[in-house]
Amino acid sequence: MRARPLRIIVAKAGLDGHDRGAKVIARALRDAGMEVIYTGLFQTPEQIVQTAIQEDADGIGLSILSGAHMTLFPLVVEQLKAQDAGDVVFFGGGTIPPEDVAELKRLGVREIFTPGAPLQEIVDFIERECGKHRELVG
Amino acid sequence: MARIIDRASGLGAQTTPEFEAQGEAWKQASQTGKARRGPGSGAVDRTISDVPLKTVYTPQDVEHLDLARDLAYPGGYPYTRGLHSNGYRDRLWTMRQFAGFGTARQTNERYHFLLEQGQTGLSVAFDMPTLMGYDSDAPQARGEVGRCGVAIDSLADMETLFDGIDMGAITTSMTINGPAAIALAQYVAAAEKKGISRRVLGGTVQADILKEYIAQKEWIFPPRPHMRIIVDMIQFCTTEMPRWNTISISGYHIREAGSTAAQELAFTLADGFAYVEACVAVGMDVDSFAPRLSYFFNSHIDFFEEIAKFRAARRIYARHMRERYGAKDPRSWQLRFHTQTAGCSATAQQPENNIVRVAYEAMAAVLGGTQSLHTNSMDEVHALPTEKSAEIALRTQQVLAYETNVTNVVDPLGGSYFIEALTDEMEREAEAYFTQIAEYGGVIEAIEAGFFQKEIAEASYRYQRSIESKDRVIVGVNAFAKEEESGDFERLRITQETEVQQARSVQDVRGNRDANAVRTSLERLQRACRDPKDNVMPHLIDCVNAYCTEGEIVDAMVEIYGRYVERSVF
Repeated sequence: MRARPLRIIVAKAGLDGHDRGAKVIARALRDAGMEVIYTGLFQTPEQIVQTAIQEDADGIGLSILSGAHMTLFPLVVEQLKAQDAGDVVFFGGGTIPPEDVAELKRLGVREIFTPGAPLQEIVDFIERECGKHRELVG
Repeated sequence: MARIIDRASGLGAQTTPEFEAQGEAWKQASQTGKARRGPGSGAVDRTISDVPLKTVYTPQDVEHLDLARDLAYPGGYPYTRGLHSNGYRDRLWTMRQFAGFGTARQTNERYHFLLEQGQTGLSVAFDMPTLMGYDSDAPQARGEVGRCGVAIDSLADMETLFDGIDMGAITTSMTINGPAAIALAQYVAAAEKKGISRRVLGGTVQADILKEYIAQKEWIFPPRPHMRIIVDMIQFCTTEMPRWNTISISGYHIREAGSTAAQELAFTLADGFAYVEACVAVGMDVDSFAPRLSYFFNSHIDFFEEIAKFRAARRIYARHMRERYGAKDPRSWQLRFHTQTAGCSATAQQPENNIVRVAYEAMAAVLGGTQSLHTNSMDEVHALPTEKSAEIALRTQQVLAYETNVTNVVDPLGGSYFIEALTDEMEREAEAYFTQIAEYGGVIEAIEAGFFQKEIAEASYRYQRSIESKDRVIVGVNAFAKEEESGDFERLRITQETEVQQARSVQDVRGNRDANAVRTSLERLQRACRDPKDNVMPHLIDCVNAYCTEGEIVDAMVEIYGRYVERSVF
């Protein structure tokens, strides 16, 4: 038995105001029994990682639909390492071409969900991966 | 029992005992039918906006409608059947493809290409930093320069954007909201440098800030100062730019954010009425500015619902403008609108299918009587369109306009029991929302309470659930999917080089201008911002002519007004 439900940060970064997907994901995770903290819009990578640390989050899901993914995802990975929070499961979603998905995964983003990904698949991924994280950190 | 409908002025025809008997027989046959359609059969009884649908519509569904009051003729109040007596026979809609990427020079080349291909108006897509009021070398701009559109930092970029294009002969639509007044000032200044008077400039600037708080989220200042700037702009255009459409009140983004058709309709018109009220409140005569207001709607994939939405929009608008705001000029009653096919209906999977979706959505817009149309390109889910896919999108409109003959008869679906009943339902739902908004005290108060945002989030989640449960089918996504997606089609890529180049060019502009003119023009602008009796527009034109950058102008205004911070709800 877990002491508390999984705690996930749903984040929007940069100048991208497309928050439909992020909000749908936030609700779906909440409906699946997780604690969800939605950062709101226009966060910097530094702010997102700070929020994850302060909230003792198990995972961060970052949504980007503006085309700035190759800049912003790596900055979050960098910040996680710099803040000694590399064990937080970092995943994301948005309009991201397949070759960029491969590159981002190579850089340390655990998973990228592109348009059409079923909500259940995302929920299952988080329960599996963040569940491991939870067992690790107790 | 036979029932005779005695409504000489009504749309419902007289029924006869024979027709009633046929109705009874149909009802029995209908009830013994079995659902055996397979995928998607869970949602046959409602539109994608969850409006309940009957199996068939009959005269009884429209018997309450009054021909003269509710339909009239095309070109006549309340314009349900269109604004023009001859529909598209006299004039087709404007084919206006939204385009912009990278630097002003790159976009200028695309504009020349589009004009050569027969496009009749330009539409500028700006990049995120420009839309949010940041220069290309600002830290907030990292990774975003030139990606979603073109980067315009100063007048120098605007001059390049329209290089070799006769600004007096074309019309231009600029999709920008927070910094709309600055973009308009740049456009005026760029034209005047070519010797073209602001009085002949035609086009529109979106400038609809209310829907930013509701859906698109590209705001700068809090709602009230933003409204003041918009009113200033409308006043300025009313006296100085008689051919300019001052504002494009937009439902497009509300729909893209996940709203229903009725929400898009209601929230957009409510925004429109809020601008009307704001202008009237500063003493403007409604007929002095209302004829230059225009609207912008989404055309989604639910074919008939969209047509009904467009028809209802015209009728509701005409009624409110005449009856509630006392407009006397028929042009003030007429809702003119641009339409764009639904980006959110496009799929990343099997992207070629999007060509077909766009064609249906475009046809709905035309059957709904749109004044201008943008058809999305098949690859926009992945990136900005390539030249090839942008061309197919334009050709889709040309086939519709010149081959299908849907343009030959005005409002060809008018009188359809179903379309008229659905049009009426749209109007009813919109009026119910107007009542709710009024209970909050108005649009700004409803925004501050998170009302719209919550309604949209609910609708979008409900819709997503219906996809997940496969009640609704998205071809290639939750049905008819292919195991292996190749994903190896051509894609327009914006390089990091654009960002470096654009940052350098804005720094060059700052290094080669009269610093004194910059300082004094910004100071005068700030004074105007503090003085509600002044108008910011002439001061913005001065700033722009002094080559102040957009970021500098916005920063000067933020010092007075502050930046808006949203209370997020999901």
